[in-house]
Amino acid sequence: MTNEELKAIITEILPTATFEEGGQWLTINIEPVDWKLLAGQLRQEPSLFFDFLFCLTCIDWKTHLTMVYHLDSTKFRHNIVIKSKLAVDNPSIETVSDIWQTANFHEREVYEMFGVNFINHPDLRLLILPDGWEGKRPMLKDFEDPINMIRL
Amino acid sequence: MVEEIGRTTEGDVIINVGPQHPATHGVLHLLITINGETIKKVEPHLGFIHRSIEKMCESLSYRQFIYVTSRMDYLSSHINNHACALCLEKGLQIEVPSRAQVIRVLMDELTRIASHELWWGAMAMDLGAFTPFFHAFRERETINDIMEETCGARLTMNYIVPGGVMQDIHPNFQQRVKDFISLYKSKVGEYDELVTGNIIFQNRMKGVGYLSAEDAISFGCTGPTARGSGVTCDIRKLYPYEIYEQLQFDEILETAGDSFARYMVRVREMNQSIRIIEQLIDNIPEGDFQAKTKAVLKLPKGEFYQRVETARGEFGVYIVSEGGTTPYRIKFRSPGFSNLSALDHMARGSKLGDLVAMMGTLDLVIPDIDR
Repeated sequence: MTNEELKAIITEILPTATFEEGGQWLTINIEPVDWKLLAGQLRQEPSLFFDFLFCLTCIDWKTHLTMVYHLDSTKFRHNIVIKSKLAVDNPSIETVSDIWQTANFHEREVYEMFGVNFINHPDLRLLILPDGWEGKRPMLKDFEDPINMIRL
Repeated sequence: MVEEIGRTTEGDVIINVGPQHPATHGVLHLLITINGETIKKVEPHLGFIHRSIEKMCESLSYRQFIYVTSRMDYLSSHINNHACALCLEKGLQIEVPSRAQVIRVLMDELTRIASHELWWGAMAMDLGAFTPFFHAFRERETINDIMEETCGARLTMNYIVPGGVMQDIHPNFQQRVKDFISLYKSKVGEYDELVTGNIIFQNRMKGVGYLSAEDAISFGCTGPTARGSGVTCDIRKLYPYEIYEQLQFDEILETAGDSFARYMVRVREMNQSIRIIEQLIDNIPEGDFQAKTKAVLKLPKGEFYQRVETARGEFGVYIVSEGGTTPYRIKFRSPGFSNLSALDHMARGSKLGDLVAMMGTLDLVIPDIDR
């Protein structure tokens, strides 16, 4: 499916979505509250069929966080990128681990590294960091570690 | 976590496998809930070898960060480097000389064979046979020697740089690769004799760790793990990079979805890699091995993503650049991390002894998972 067709269908599902082109893939900017609804439709809508979430990550822009979801369809082989801005204080977004099961681990990683709270996540615990980790989230830009070298 | 270990009220027992257990191939800790011998839940605890490579890369220049990626999936280190170089070349619009492209693909495929050889030996060792390990390493050593001669290192090669490869191939390279191919062809029959056709191995692997195609996609499984379930996911075919478009090779698919299917995919994949090498080894074009690039690379503002096929599956590099000399954010989408997440789903309801057969065919490399 071409970017134009994708845009038309996604606008129908979510009229408030804004689009960015020029990069590698079509990028869709959405509000965090709309994510769950859009995600369900992206997976289920037969003409979209985005069944493969191949990358889920977060970027710290100091003023806000951005969640980035890279989606692929194993049937049509079209790709899109979804981005959603989160506030720095108490960032939260709905989980999609019930739609794409791979999100379970990836969201846990983002939770511990960036402190994003995934609403309704079945098992939101530390995954990589040691148990009892307290303090700032390591992947945030203002993280400082007095003992271990993190900057060269 | 420690308090959880022991007998729970419902008669379930929670046991530890790892972090120091030979079957986990590294420092992976699994907390397994069993009832009798039946697995009820597998909970991986990661991070024993977490070095925060993504954070480290934020303070390294674009030339430097490639070397760190060798230390993630150390068995596919060459392919990791390749992914990063491709991502940078995409952003900087560097034209790579055709000689470098061919050398890179040759090295990729040699790496893939070396990785699968190690997996094959370790897999057999997990299931109780020690001899195949030596058979696999006999051939793998030859590849390591070839790598040592040309790249200067045996494991973390760091041979690929943005714009090409670091130095030209060694004069002996072509001859030694040809010698390896004939050695491999004369020995590959032993693999099937020893393990593939062995009824004990087949019984231990068939019907174990079933993963359906839908689940494989949903869990984000890629590489031989997903291809064993019949999912077409070879990035070399789907989103061809470098010169893979022009090469003749097959994507190996099995439909059974069990450990034996995943085993067969990897064993047959080695032959496809040999096929690719045979097509290229006599046709390395003359010319430069490296494009002329600036000493200090500055990636334009924007986002760049490159997907490649490593020995374990889809590896992705996601670079967010602000236009400076260091990346603003780097994300490595490692295949092992997603493949491991399917383990709990696969293992539920099966016997504890089968867990090793499942983990063996997932081909876990722990630094790749923890990063």
